[in-house]
Amino acid sequence: MTTTPIRGLGHPVKRKEDPRFIRGKGTYVDDIKLPGMLYLDIVRSPYAHARIKRIDASKALAMPGVVDVITGAELEKAGLAWMPTLMSDRQMVLPTDRVVYYAQEVAAVVATDRYTAADAVLAVEVEYEPLTPVLDPFKALEPGAPLVRPDREQKTNHIWHWEAGDKEKTDRIFQEAQVVVSQDLYIPRIHVCSIETCGCVVNYDRATDKLTIWMTSQAPHAHRTVFSLVSGIPEHKIRIISPDIGGGFGGKVPVYPGYVIATYAALKLGKPIKWIEDRSENLQADTFARDYHIHAELAATRDGKIRAMRVHTVADHGAFDAAANPSKFPAGLFSVCTGSYDMEAAHVAVDGVYTNKPPGGVAYRCSFRVTEAVHTIERMVDILADELGMDPAEIRFKNFIRPEQFPYKSPTGWEYDSGNYPATLQKALDAIGYQELRREQAERRARGELMGIGISTFTEIVGAGPSHTFDILGIKMFDSAEIRVHPTGSAIVRIGVQTQGQGHETTFAQIVAEELGLPVENIIVEHGDTDTAPYGLGTYASRSTPTAGAATAVAARKIREKARLIAAHLLEVSPDDLEWRDYAFRVKGAPDRFKTMQEIAFAAYTNFPQGLEGGLEAVCYYDPPNLTFPFGAYVCVVDIDRGTGQVKVREFLAVDDCGTIINPMIVEGQIHGGLTMGLAPALFEEIVYDENGTMLTGTFMDYLLPTAMETPHWKTDKTVTPSPHHPLGAKGVGESPTIGAPPAIVNAVVDALSHLGVRHIDIPITPAKVYQILLEKGVAE
Amino acid sequence: MIPGPFSYRRAASIEEAIALLQQYGGEAKVLSGGQSLIPMMKFRLAEPAVIVDINRVPGLDAIEERNGILAIGGLVREVALERSPLIRQRYPIIADTAEVIADPLVRNLATIGGNLAHGDPANDHPATMLALRAEVVARGPGGERTIPIDDFFVDTFTTALGPDEILTEIRVPAPPPRSGGAYVKFERKVGDYAVAAAAVFLVLDEAGKIAGAGIGLTNVYYKPLRAAEAENALLGQVPSGELFRAAAELAAKAADPTTDLRGPAEYKRAVARTMTFRALEAALSRAQAAS
Ligand SMILES: Cc1cc2nc3c(=O)[nH]c(=O)nc-3n(C[C@H](O)[C@H](O)[C@H](O)COP(=O)(O)OP(=O)(O)OC[C@H]3O[C@@H](n4cnc5c(N)ncnc54)[C@H](O)[C@@H]3O)c2cc1C
Repeated sequence: MTTTPIRGLGHPVKRKEDPRFIRGKGTYVDDIKLPGMLYLDIVRSPYAHARIKRIDASKALAMPGVVDVITGAELEKAGLAWMPTLMSDRQMVLPTDRVVYYAQEVAAVVATDRYTAADAVLAVEVEYEPLTPVLDPFKALEPGAPLVRPDREQKTNHIWHWEAGDKEKTDRIFQEAQVVVSQDLYIPRIHVCSIETCGCVVNYDRATDKLTIWMTSQAPHAHRTVFSLVSGIPEHKIRIISPDIGGGFGGKVPVYPGYVIATYAALKLGKPIKWIEDRSENLQADTFARDYHIHAELAATRDGKIRAMRVHTVADHGAFDAAANPSKFPAGLFSVCTGSYDMEAAHVAVDGVYTNKPPGGVAYRCSFRVTEAVHTIERMVDILADELGMDPAEIRFKNFIRPEQFPYKSPTGWEYDSGNYPATLQKALDAIGYQELRREQAERRARGELMGIGISTFTEIVGAGPSHTFDILGIKMFDSAEIRVHPTGSAIVRIGVQTQGQGHETTFAQIVAEELGLPVENIIVEHGDTDTAPYGLGTYASRSTPTAGAATAVAARKIREKARLIAAHLLEVSPDDLEWRDYAFRVKGAPDRFKTMQEIAFAAYTNFPQGLEGGLEAVCYYDPPNLTFPFGAYVCVVDIDRGTGQVKVREFLAVDDCGTIINPMIVEGQIHGGLTMGLAPALFEEIVYDENGTMLTGTFMDYLLPTAMETPHWKTDKTVTPSPHHPLGAKGVGESPTIGAPPAIVNAVVDALSHLGVRHIDIPITPAKVYQILLEKGVAE
Repeated sequence: MIPGPFSYRRAASIEEAIALLQQYGGEAKVLSGGQSLIPMMKFRLAEPAVIVDINRVPGLDAIEERNGILAIGGLVREVALERSPLIRQRYPIIADTAEVIADPLVRNLATIGGNLAHGDPANDHPATMLALRAEVVARGPGGERTIPIDDFFVDTFTTALGPDEILTEIRVPAPPPRSGGAYVKFERKVGDYAVAAAAVFLVLDEAGKIAGAGIGLTNVYYKPLRAAEAENALLGQVPSGELFRAAAELAAKAADPTTDLRGPAEYKRAVARTMTFRALEAALSRAQAAS
């Protein structure tokens, strides 16, 4: 019997990856240094919209140390001036005649050191003829608006129209409804701001014809396939390595022009090339999240039962539709916007629009657009409560999908797997002392003080996804795991997803530990190298545990079934006489006769039954039958400073339900981080452009990331409602807090001002914005 | 984020530093904490041909009281001000100021000399030094001179220092009895420059009336701003909420902020008023506690 504890599911195992990070021994892309490596830097556009009349690189090329200057004209000859996006649009790698957003890549400089490259960027002379930019998506749709994409056949800035739900039924309910509320909501552009910016090191080995790319990638396999398709290089000759990744949040799903230019340069020059963005480039030109202009309506009865929801959204996609969504979902999973509430009908329509802004639209902090969906419904429910004079908790209890309704078919076609919304909200209200807070609020109001309580009871949708609906460029969104148990009972697990801080090296080891009864420290998890890891679609939108986590459990169970045969052989009984209990195969009725996995593993290489293959390994490509639907109830308490307009989050309680918990410490860490990433857009973050389309928030001095000082003390709690279809019952958690937190905070601020007639405030709720409201309502100090 | 080419000289003494500045004329810049200069160089907003590092120059890092003044060396770091028992006990307004500058990483390097010499109206020490009616000591090829703080700030990023002068010391009058000061800043997040901030120093007479008042404002004017009318309105008066509100109103009127991402000009003016009022209250309670 092994003496080392197994520490499988439910143990707060310390993160296996942390010792190397704490000691500064992580290996990020920028840590890769190869002999003879050259450095690439990018000339960027100072205009949001301009014709390029001339590029003169002669001065740059004359500088000592400058090796090459690459332009769009050169890439065009190689057929590489454009590349496909994940949304079946195309995107400029380098422009041949025009730029379409501020800080767009215009040319690339290659030099023998990073400093020379930076100096040479300034020496490349580009002559522009500025064109009128179109920045507002509503103006972009007007006749005669400047055309962002004259390269397209359709001479319009409209990209696509997309709908879900039953329009007729919804319209009918709205016509006859007793109460209708409506609201415009704008969810601004924000940036994922991972601490590590994007970049790559590309090495082309002429002797072996092999292209190796170390890349800041959340989805190395998908990127390898895209690279192979674009370049024509056979896929087995491309190796993408995603080493330690310093945060992704969806920003490392797209293929950026820099990767392609660096690869072209490496092939052309026969030297390794390094390209790493600086912070401003990352903020200015990389993918963004959100930028949704939403018009939402609810139809309800006078006593507060929601009957239908109607939403129309104009989605600003920037100059290329380079969002990272499953192919059939140009607006992501936005149609989950009926949230946690049971209603008769819903209709959602989204129009995608081009503007002269950077392309994007990404996961996590965009979460396949679930953030937008949840913000919409959680705001609308509060607005309806205000209209009816109801308490926001009461209206939620009244409209929740009831526990016995699961699996629940939503009016926009989703099948929610499991949930118990009233229990979770009740737990949150009891823990925070909701009634007491309401009493305190009344007292403070009487004294002229502004205090608000906000609730958000969100439903998430993660784990894309089932192959019948989900693919990216045709590649089905399954995910994979491959487990190999060594003779002495340690194991290696390779997975198709890619951690960027989520702790996969720990949690996936715990899954295997649980399933095979091997101590967690004897299990190593590897990922991110396309030559060794099984094919998978990567990590974003909280999909790893629902997909690759399931694959890992299933692969482990395949191993266990083979282990049963070996154990039967060792114990000289029939396999049917064995049961798996307390991490060992035991003879039924004689539990003291058993074989541990460690013993079985040794036998798999030394003493296995005739007719059975040796070794102990398995692979699983897991096609999830459905998505998973984590949920939660968040309560936020704020105070408003009447002299500055500042919102102070006094208290925040998050009760999350992500199904079975693999590692409670990691779950709590994910929630803390996610809540902070929800606080950020609620109160601080916004990408701002001036009237010329110049980005004004290209540094952390202007783009406000909250620090520990701005972050309240997060209180967390949980309920556990397992997913009925996931092998472990787990649902995924990373994204939930980012989605649930913003409406809780906004609802609290609006609640603090609701007695003055305030019903909605768009995020970010800056002090200046609040102060203006205080002035208008005559309560500014 | 890569600066243009420059050369680097490290001075071992104040004389050597001055000689280097003279040698390179206007091409050279003093480097002290580097927390303003280096970001500007990285953004290529400043491209000095030479930087003259004074960090190893001895004798510029003392904080001491002598002859009725507090003398702070030009190279004193923010972290030293924050931690100094002398500053915390006798000059809490300076500790207030140091504490709200940037973040601990910046404050470990940033110097008070650099903070004043940079001439940035967004920096926090200038307002405090206006409120305290400090003097700045400068050394140049011709020797030493003292500059009253009201003459020191000339324009945005421009001070009375010559290109070959070094700020060696800041002198603050020792606090009289029944006096107290406070610095109150409103920032969008830690590490941000002020939306508006106010430094107030009050001296009470034996009857409890205001005998002396200094008010400086941060980031609401093209240079650090003394709210002179507000100061005058306080003199000889008995402190009250009403008086402070009136003074804060006058201070806000003197402000002339610009609209930017921190908010519209009118908003900043309102915050300047709130900050002045709160700094007046905090300064008063310290002055009363000191009596
Ligand atoms: C992220 C960040 C946030 C910040 N936030 C704030 C803030 O909230 N409030 C605030 O007040 N400041 C803030 N600062 C600025 C910081 O306080 C600077 O350190 C300060 O403005 C300059 O001091 P320094 O010692 O770093 O000077 P340096 O950067 O070395 O020099 C600044 C300028 O002064 C000149 N100079 C420096 N020392 C002398 C001297 N002894 N004699 C003559 N000339 C000299 C230099 O030549 C240069 O022109 C922030 C800085 C950063 C990086």
